Amino acid sequence: MKILVAVKRVVDHNVRIRVRPDGSGVETNGVRMSMNPFCKHAVEAAVQLAEAGQASEIVVVSIGPKAANDVILTALAMGAHRGLLIETDDNLETLAIAKLLARVVAEEQPDLVLLGKQAVDDDSNHVGQMLAALTDRPQATFASAIKLSGGALEVTREVDYGRETLALPLPAIVTADLRLNNPRNAALPMVMKARAKPLALRPAAEFGVDLAPRLRIENISPPPERVAGQIVGSVADLAARIAAEIDAMEAS
Amino acid sequence: MAVLVLAELDNGILSPATARIVAAAAQLGPVDLLVPGPHAAAEAAAGIAGIAKVMVSDTDLLAESLVALVSTLAVRYRYLVSSASTLGKDVMPRLAGTLDIQPVTDIVAIEGENRFTRPIYAGNALETVIDNQARHVLTFRASAFRPAASGNAAPIETIDSPTASAARFIAAHRSESDVPDLATAQIVVGGGVAVGSTEGFQLIEKLGKTLGAAIGATRAAVDAGFAPNDWQIGQTGKIIAPDLYIAIGISGALQHLAGIQGARKIIAINADAEAPLVKIADLALIGDLFEIVPQLTAELERLGVKR
Repeated sequence: MKILVAVKRVVDHNVRIRVRPDGSGVETNGVRMSMNPFCKHAVEAAVQLAEAGQASEIVVVSIGPKAANDVILTALAMGAHRGLLIETDDNLETLAIAKLLARVVAEEQPDLVLLGKQAVDDDSNHVGQMLAALTDRPQATFASAIKLSGGALEVTREVDYGRETLALPLPAIVTADLRLNNPRNAALPMVMKARAKPLALRPAAEFGVDLAPRLRIENISPPPERVAGQIVGSVADLAARIAAEIDAMEAS
Repeated sequence: MAVLVLAELDNGILSPATARIVAAAAQLGPVDLLVPGPHAAAEAAAGIAGIAKVMVSDTDLLAESLVALVSTLAVRYRYLVSSASTLGKDVMPRLAGTLDIQPVTDIVAIEGENRFTRPIYAGNALETVIDNQARHVLTFRASAFRPAASGNAAPIETIDSPTASAARFIAAHRSESDVPDLATAQIVVGGGVAVGSTEGFQLIEKLGKTLGAAIGATRAAVDAGFAPNDWQIGQTGKIIAPDLYIAIGISGALQHLAGIQGARKIIAINADAEAPLVKIADLALIGDLFEIVPQLTAELERLGVKR
């Protein structure tokens, strides 16, 4: 089985972001960037399938500026076999990303495409589902367990009411949730080895996809700030305040 | 211009989120509601104010099936809308890909017929976008909108579902509970990793029961096995917007704070007066939660708070 994993370079999820005062966006200059955490779960899932002898090749693809090579190298160090960077300095919308990935799927013909369920910058949670539509493949989003048996996948999904299990014929698209696995930190020898693995770079324009944005971002602003309130002195005081709050709620 | 709303169901029963999504969608135009489930759910939905027509289809809830169904109806509508639930998140981007539309999702405010605000970076920033496409695929956060009134009697039309999905449903693992739904609850009581155990969470549940509240947990508490996954509040869990949120033993990691931005009033019970959540709480009581929570529950019961 051949697996394609798509990964995104984002502001590191431990960084407290700063909204630019002019409303043009979130400051990314001089900010630590790393692989989107959900994408790491997707890479780890692919590597585990390979280690179990169920996948023969893992191709990792990222779309972004040249610096996105970093996250591809991270995936290669984790155990992916080769990388592809689709280079663009533009901030592409999720539909354009899905269209580029659909071209890669057409070229590579993977049996399984793994993606993170969402990127922690725009929090869209679109690309896997859109790619499934564009390639006419079945999908399982928010995966917390993946089992391959007899050419079909059994995927457990995290949903609002709990969990559910689906069976998917291959080829299929799966997006990873947090509890799918614990992504490894690649040891130094693996990081060194990753640099020797093939990593192709192709400009986004080469794919013949309309990349023009459909939406216009008018403004990006910080959320309204909450200010510290009051410290109450006793349980009785707190209980009285909660009771008053509930009375007010019932009255409104 | 007409709006098609995909109804939210849970176990074949109309979810309270639906009335909120309908109220939000009604700001954009007359609403038709598609109920992917039993006729009884359609009858419940027909009572929601602002709905012109209910369509009901006996389909499964897999993304492929729902996209095939909505696609056949899509041409008649300018807006295709659902809740930003796990169902809406699964279905709507696939629908958008099929229709070649860039979707706008997790909307928390409608600023105009094509102008929407949505949180990004786990709610640490808000993005206002203009969507000039001829048709719109949107999801709304149910918790950000008030529910529509009831008392309507919209006509119900049965429609066929076109195709079955290549994916196949095997099993649901449902956490049975009689507590209110987290995403739409008026009061939420949440516990953090300091609660320490599933037994500790029983104290939280007891307080929640007294208040008629939904129960939530932080990712750390869920990861530690103290609480089930579907209780998780935060960027990667559920987004809540209750009138009152009582956060117990929760320090306030960024990803948890992202899930509670919409709470009207926040009360913190924490041993650490310097915890980030205490810093943003409207009211805080500093001390040992294992002493405070049982006392608080008893005191509220004594005061006759019962919902």
